[in-house]
Amino acid sequence: MLLRIASRKRYEPGFSKPGSWASARQWLGPSPFLQAAFLFVVLAVCWYLGNNVVETMQRLGLKLGFGFLSQRANFEIGESLIAYSSSDTYARALLAGLLNTINVAFFGCVIATVCGVMLGIARLSGNLVLASVARAYVEIFRNTPLLLQLFLWSAIFHSLPAPRRAIEFSGGFFLSNRGIFIPRLIFDGPSVFIWLPLAAAAAGVTIIATRRRFFGQRFYATRILVLSVAMFVAVCWATGVSVSAELPARGGFNISGGLSLTPEFAGLLTGLVFNAAATIAEIVRSGIQSVGNGQWEAARALGLRPGHIMRLIVLPQALRVITPLMTSNYLDLTKNSSLAVAIGFPDLVSVANTTANTTGQTLEAITIIAAAYLTLNLAVSVLMNLYNRRIMLREERRR
Amino acid sequence: MSELQIVLPRFRRRNLAAGLFDSRLNGLLTLACLAVAVWMFMPLWRWAVNDAVWTGLAPDCGVDGAGACWAFIGAKFRFIIFGFYPPALQWRPALVILGITILLFVSARPQSWRKWLLLLWLAAIPLCWLLMAGTLLPPKVPTNQWGGLPITLLVSLIGLATAFPIALLLALARRSEMRILRTIAVLFIECLRGVPLIAVLYVAMLIVPMALPADALTDKLLRAQIGITLFVSAYLAEVIRAGLQSIPAGQTEAAYSLGLGYWRTVQLVVLPQALRIVIPAMVNLAIGILLNTSLLTVIGISDLLNAAKTAATDPNWLGFHSEAFVFAACVYFAISFGASRYSIWLEAKLQART
Repeated sequence: MLLRIASRKRYEPGFSKPGSWASARQWLGPSPFLQAAFLFVVLAVCWYLGNNVVETMQRLGLKLGFGFLSQRANFEIGESLIAYSSSDTYARALLAGLLNTINVAFFGCVIATVCGVMLGIARLSGNLVLASVARAYVEIFRNTPLLLQLFLWSAIFHSLPAPRRAIEFSGGFFLSNRGIFIPRLIFDGPSVFIWLPLAAAAAGVTIIATRRRFFGQRFYATRILVLSVAMFVAVCWATGVSVSAELPARGGFNISGGLSLTPEFAGLLTGLVFNAAATIAEIVRSGIQSVGNGQWEAARALGLRPGHIMRLIVLPQALRVITPLMTSNYLDLTKNSSLAVAIGFPDLVSVANTTANTTGQTLEAITIIAAAYLTLNLAVSVLMNLYNRRIMLREERRR
Repeated sequence: MSELQIVLPRFRRRNLAAGLFDSRLNGLLTLACLAVAVWMFMPLWRWAVNDAVWTGLAPDCGVDGAGACWAFIGAKFRFIIFGFYPPALQWRPALVILGITILLFVSARPQSWRKWLLLLWLAAIPLCWLLMAGTLLPPKVPTNQWGGLPITLLVSLIGLATAFPIALLLALARRSEMRILRTIAVLFIECLRGVPLIAVLYVAMLIVPMALPADALTDKLLRAQIGITLFVSAYLAEVIRAGLQSIPAGQTEAAYSLGLGYWRTVQLVVLPQALRIVIPAMVNLAIGILLNTSLLTVIGISDLLNAAKTAATDPNWLGFHSEAFVFAACVYFAISFGASRYSIWLEAKLQART
């Protein structure tokens, strides 16, 4: 402790600055030789293990390195966001897997947040039935293994009726064992402008959301919604792009049209969302409960309505407790999406696993998995920490 | 952890009326919730209880419109609990489960947190392993025939126990002034926390045999156990670090000024306080580990979940996956729910004492 404080001290005139060796010693901390010896032991163990791996791989006739990535993969992937066929390279297969992971993690985080916040508020409701139902939900999903839940969801989605006898909901939703079919938005018009309306809506959201940063104005969700919809409609009208919803419909042996989610994707997403929502519910509940009762009472004494108290007084304070926990929950969800390998959804782990099996390049495949997840984790934590900085207490930020 | 602290609503009549029908809106909400709950749970109830087949053989369950086949669980109960362990020797895993349960109940009381308890655990866990393996009492049973609940329990308990010293050192190293040591600890912890457990298990399964001389560590379960231990140690290190951070610096400084060295200070002053604070968090971590050991299924080790999954592939009882999973879920739930209640009770008790 003392040493660290000393190293940050500005040196007054008259004192001589420590030399480079002394600074290095200060930076290293106490007993540098012991530390160097420890580092040496760690490196030696790593070198020994690494050397053994290289030797084993040579014995098996495998070449260490990532050269295999440019070879033909020769295996199919059930679904991918980018065009992929078995004649593509391993690199492209892994990219397809990575995109699948990001896809499921992103939608998982978004949907789980919405469900979890609603559940967390339901947990705190004064209504005993609502609170007990939410509590039972949380207990069940937190106290059983996620993998088991995934197996169960996967079994359920695969045991749905065949497309011909699919369960139909009003509004064009179909449930069948070939997947879940939902309506899809179709943009029609000059191909150059197709993405413009969405871009305009996104710009609208960004402008209002960042206005506070530059002009100090508050933003409200309703205003964001209205402006983004308005910009969307205006740009659609101006560029001549028409938007229509394509409803899935029964036809022959399958359901055609609309957006289809495969049973694997649906199973994984549902499992992750149901599981994470339970944790998020607890985080939200503990966050809201961490705001003292006195705050509520004071706000009531000022004559504020419950909705306003929640939005203006309780939530801003609760968010400080909630955000860091939420970050680790998002990281968990991202990592948990790797369980896809057990229910046959081709995520990164699953594709890397197949790659390792077909090429024998196990070490490289696992390195890719680890590097990808570490990078994803880093990205999520950086984003969430930025957000966290914004909502922290002012005094805390200045520190 | 305060996260799990739940205030139980007391079901007195006055409370009930106030909680359910104190205003028109609330009454409406109650009725709506009940309606939705009934609408959602009726099919489940019909499947699980009303139309369920409780006794008989597979053909009885195959009838159209029949619900859950609990007869299947009755027939495969021993398989789901004990896996492929030789049926004649299944008293061994049964004894292990019984012994561990009794030990867990004994260690649940804060009064029994003495040195003898630690020694008891240190003796009991190797004893369980030897009993399962049949080293002292032949015939021997190789670990690939072990399965079911004993694997789930043993792997999580051994994981927690062996991870503890590693985690302690990691946590101390991460808070130490020694830069190189700290960097290594941070790298180890963050890397293990940053990758999914499946990746760690893959390393244990596939890379470790390549990294070690040819005939070392041939046992698959042992390798998985090492992977889980390392994974747990990273998480446990963070839990312990939180405890260490909560001890005011004045305590350490006071100990130094009394002339105690670093290790004596840690042993006599810091750890007793820090560990006591994080015990409820460690119980929660233990629940997480128990639930996470189900990932052994993915690498083909026959833990409880995998045994349940395998039971449904028996040619005589084909395809009762849901029943097997629901049964396994009940076992996991019973253990984890009990443990989480315990951690709430414990936290209240420890807080009351300090």
